[in-house]
Formats: sequence, C-alpha cells, structure tokens
Amino acid sequence: MADAVVADRLRKAFGDFVAVDDLSFSVGTGEVFGFLGPNGAGKTTAIRMLTGLLPPTGGTAVVAGLDVARDPFGVRRRIGYMSQLFSLYGDLTVSENLEFFGGLYQVPRDQFRARRDWVIESADLAAVVGQLTGTLPLGLKQRLALGCALLHQPAVLFLDEPTSGVDPLSRRAFWDLIYELAAAGTTVLVSTHYMEEAEYCDRLILMHRGKLVALDTAIGLRARMSRPLLAVVTDQAPQVVQALADADGVGEVTMFGRSVHAVVPDISRGRAAVVERLTRAGLGWSTIEPIEPSLEDVFIGLVREGETGGP
Amino acid sequence: MSFRRFWAIARKEALQLRRDPRSLLLAFVLPFLLVLVFGSAISLDVRDIPFGVLDRDRTPASRELVEAFQASGYFTLRARVESPGEVDHLLARGRVRLVMVIPPGHASDLASGRVAAVQLLVDGGDANTATIAINYADAIVAGVNRRILATRAVAAPLGFEARVWYNEALESARMIVPGLVAVIMAIITAMLTALAIAREWERGTMEQLAATPVHRLEVVAGKLLPYIGIGIIDVTVAVVVGMVVFDVPLRGSVFLLAAMSLLFLIGMLSFGLLLSAALKSQMLATQVAIMTTYLPTLLLSGFIFSIASMPFALQVVSTLIPARFFIVITRGIFLKGIGLGILWPQALGMLAFTVISFGMATRAFRKEIDG
Repeated sequence: MADAVVADRLRKAFGDFVAVDDLSFSVGTGEVFGFLGPNGAGKTTAIRMLTGLLPPTGGTAVVAGLDVARDPFGVRRRIGYMSQLFSLYGDLTVSENLEFFGGLYQVPRDQFRARRDWVIESADLAAVVGQLTGTLPLGLKQRLALGCALLHQPAVLFLDEPTSGVDPLSRRAFWDLIYELAAAGTTVLVSTHYMEEAEYCDRLILMHRGKLVALDTAIGLRARMSRPLLAVVTDQAPQVVQALADADGVGEVTMFGRSVHAVVPDISRGRAAVVERLTRAGLGWSTIEPIEPSLEDVFIGLVREGETGGP
Repeated sequence: MSFRRFWAIARKEALQLRRDPRSLLLAFVLPFLLVLVFGSAISLDVRDIPFGVLDRDRTPASRELVEAFQASGYFTLRARVESPGEVDHLLARGRVRLVMVIPPGHASDLASGRVAAVQLLVDGGDANTATIAINYADAIVAGVNRRILATRAVAAPLGFEARVWYNEALESARMIVPGLVAVIMAIITAMLTALAIAREWERGTMEQLAATPVHRLEVVAGKLLPYIGIGIIDVTVAVVVGMVVFDVPLRGSVFLLAAMSLLFLIGMLSFGLLLSAALKSQMLATQVAIMTTYLPTLLLSGFIFSIASMPFALQVVSTLIPARFFIVITRGIFLKGIGLGILWPQALGMLAFTVISFGMATRAFRKEIDG
C-alpha cells in the first residue's frame, strides 16, 4: 500500500530554538498514527509543517502523494485539518459553518447536502444545527470541527490534540468516529498528550524536545521496557520518590499520584531493595506489586535513557 | 481564483457583520450622524453678526447707513449706545462683534461732497469672523456709496463688482458637504476593515482558514465585498442628506459620482485590510487606521485647509492621501458639474492608491497563509 504521509528529515528552527529536529517517518494509507509527547515536544510544529501551514527549515514532506513545499494548495485540497484550539466561527450557526467550509473546499453542490447530512448525523449535531457555534459545549464544537474537516472527504486527516479539554465520554465518541474513518480508508494523524489515547493508535511516535524518541506500535513500545516495574502505593509518595531515587538496585522512579513506579532489575530482588530502603527511611506503604508498564512509563524510561546516553 | 470560495468568504463575512452590533453601528449610524453634525457645525458662514451703533449724527443719512447693514442679513443690530465709553463695554463683554461709530457732521459732509468717515470697531478675537465681517461691511458701504453717487447727476462711477461662481452665495455647506462625503468615507471604511483580518488571528480562526485551499486573493476580495455594500449605502446616505438637508446641488453625473465613490471605497477598504493583515491585532490596526486616515484626511486633504497654501513638503505628503483626490472630484461633480475630461488626474491618483492598497493587502495576507 502506498504511503499516505512521508516525512524526510523535517526540521524547524525558530531562531536558536529547534522545535522539530530531523524527523523522519512514513504513514501507510488507512493507518491511525499518533504523535505523543508533552507540551512543547514539537507535535504541533510537526503537524503544521505536514499541512503546509509552516514552511520547514529543512527536509521534505510528501502528503497524499504531493510534495507539501511544491504544491501546498494541492495538498490542502486532499487533507482535512483540525487545529488545537477551537477555530470555527463562533458567531456562525452550525449549518453556516458547514456551508462555509463546504464552499472553501468546493464540495460539489449536488454532493454537499449528502455530505452535510452525513456530518450532522455521525457527529450527532441534528439538535443544534441552527444554533450559534459559540454557544455549544466543547465536545460538540470538536465534533463539528472534525465534521468541517471531513466535508470534502480528505485522504489524510490531521488532528492536533483534538480532544484536549473534552470529557471522557465525548472523547470516546470522537475516537469511534476516527476508527470509522480509518476503516473507510482515511489516513489519520493525531497528536495527543493523553497517554491512554495513544493506545488507540496503530502506531505512535514518541516525541521529546523536538526529537523522535521512538516509533512503534503501543505493544512494541511496551516490549522495549525490558526491566520489570514495581508500583508502590503509599500516602507519602513524594518522600518515597526521594528515598528510592538514590537506592541501590532501583532504577528510574516516577510518581503517579499515590503510586510510585520504580524500574528494577528483577522483581524479587527489587522488592527486597525497595522494602529495605523504605524501612530504613521510616516510610510506610500499603502495597508493592509488579505492574505492566503503561505508555507513560515507557515514555519516561525512553526519554531518561536518551538523556543519560543509553540504558 | 474560484468564485465559489470567494463567495463563501463574502457570505461568511456578511453573516458575521450582521451579528456584530458594533460594526453595524459604525457602518450605518455613524456616517449619518457625522454628516449632520459636521454639516451643521463646521459652518464657515458668518451670518447675523451682532453689532452696535454709536450714532452721533442722528440724521436720515446716518440712519440709512445703519438700515443698509441690517437689511444685508449679515448683521443684526443689538445695541444703540450714546457714549464712546459704552462702546468699549459692549465689545469687551462680547455682546457685539463690531460697533459702527458715525461721527457728528456725517450728513453735512456727505451733502457737501467731502469724505464722510465712518469708523468700524471690530473684535479681532476671532480673526476669521472679523475679516469676513470687515469684507461684508466694505461691500455694504460700497453699495451705499454707489446709491449716493447715483442720486447726484454725476456720470455713473465705474463700479467694481466681484462675483462668486459655483457657490454663489458662498454658503459653506455647499463647500463642506461634498468634501464631507469624502472625509466620512475615509474615516469609516478603513476602520471597518481594520478589524476584518486581525479578528481571524485573534480568534484563532486563521489557522483553520489557512489549512483550506482558499487563495489569498479570494480571502481579500471576499472580505471586501460586504464592506463595499455597506460603503455604497453610506455614500448614498451622505449624499442624500447633503442634498436634502443642506441643499447642496448635484450638477454633474450621478454615475460618475457613483463610479468614483466605488473606486475610493475599494481603495480605503483595502487599506484597512492591509493594516489588519500586517498588524494582526484589532486594537492596533484600528488605532493605526485612525491615525493614518482620520487626521491626515481632515488636515491635509484640502477639506479645511487649502493645499495650495501649504508648505511644499506638506503638499507632497498630501498626494499620499486619497481623500485629497476624492474631495476635488466630489466638489467638481457636485458644484461644477464637470466630468472626467477635467478630473482625470484625480481619478488616476485614486486608481493608483486603490490598486497599490489592494495589491499590498493581498501580499501582506499571502505571507501568513502560505506560511
């Protein structure tokens, strides 16, 4: 299958600050491809370069078979884009927004009605068609924004943190829609900083400080955590992190609320080392259990490896 | 250039405009008020100047002179005083702007063919009014003189008469209203569009717009269209109010006036879009629009101060102000009834401004959307 998106050594520098550094990857048609990383990792900059909104400092991007730098308008006709912040017109009604984008994408008039009805139905907007967009709850706004980006049946869909600030139920509905699209052959590139959302993607790029940290499926990424992980549940999480940070036989330590995750060489010796250290420090805990690494653990592990120059 | 995309932008802009009360106020109510206020307040006419008389002759001849002043319509008699001391008092308190002093022996001097001196004491505090009052007084006195000369069977004296053309009555409303149409258009149009592109940046809608296949020309032209519609309504309101309320005659071609107004509108609206696209901030763009249109148009366009009497440097600067050309055109069409045969240099000046503004607005927009 032909690749829907190919990025080759993309780079973007703003003065001395390098927002995206040497980013290369390719995405197959119909794939749901995720960009995962904290704020400032370069996800938005990468997406803006792929959509032609921002000219790269170096490297090339080919989207839907067209070179973004050479034929930006051709690319824009074949892609849909939903930006990070709500960016439809709040003072237009839902149907006026749809008509506006239908016009900009030159959706043929005889097809427009059917497309609009499809968007209204699949995004569940029928009850608010005549309402001013600015008065809608965020979840509906996001679905409408997605709908506006889909009117012209784009080959590739770019979603920049589409669900930030949306309640979990709406988020789930949003992802159901994305799966439906991907099943119908639309390639979806989505950025997020919700780790659990990243699990929905076929493949993921982990980004940190503009660099690609890892590129794999969620399962593949977890498999990279070769060493086991212990979760210490405690009321004194900050003190526990401090105590374990320099303990012998304990690797990276990270706090997740009341739970502290510690990377250990193997489970039994690791548990003994943790118990010994916490007892000596006079700290309490309720459980110490081995757990499956989450993507967040993987992410933190890989970033720290990168920073210390190898495992 | 796709008509469909252009139309989508124009339609969207019109819908937003319709739902924005501030823009509507600015677009429709303000021009109407401005014509009324400017038209009545910036009156350069001097009428009914209050004056006083110290008549120390008290003869039919002296009364005739006072009569002539009152009959002219330019002067209204406010006070008759008896002593020179009271004259000072009158002027100082501002009850009258000038006092006519007729010395004793006025009638007998006239009768014996000697020069009969009459003194006018004028309050120079408002130099403009004072000058005009003196000119009027001169003219009235000259008229009286002629009548006196005519009653004597001397050969008719050679009379010198100045005639004013176009604005026969020298009514300033006739001068001001055609210029005012230009000034109001200049002020309002650029302010209206100064918001149009900056708003998209500030609300974050620009990013979505930039990701669509829309071309910069479609955006700029599409955004202009609804404002051109508003501008046409505004010009019509200003012209009708000027003709109905201020009695300004329209002697030239209505079509030429419409065509020239359209050219001017597009130029000023494009200039507003240029500021909006370049500055990306509604507040900044509005402020710059006011600074670059309102003041220069008021001061350097020839609306109030004659360009010919400006220092050379300012005359050069004034050629950058499109209202300068438009004012000559509106006055020419309204008052002189002249056409492009005479007004073509001004029309060309406006065309240049419009083409450059539109081109630059499109360019300023392009950088952003093409990244």
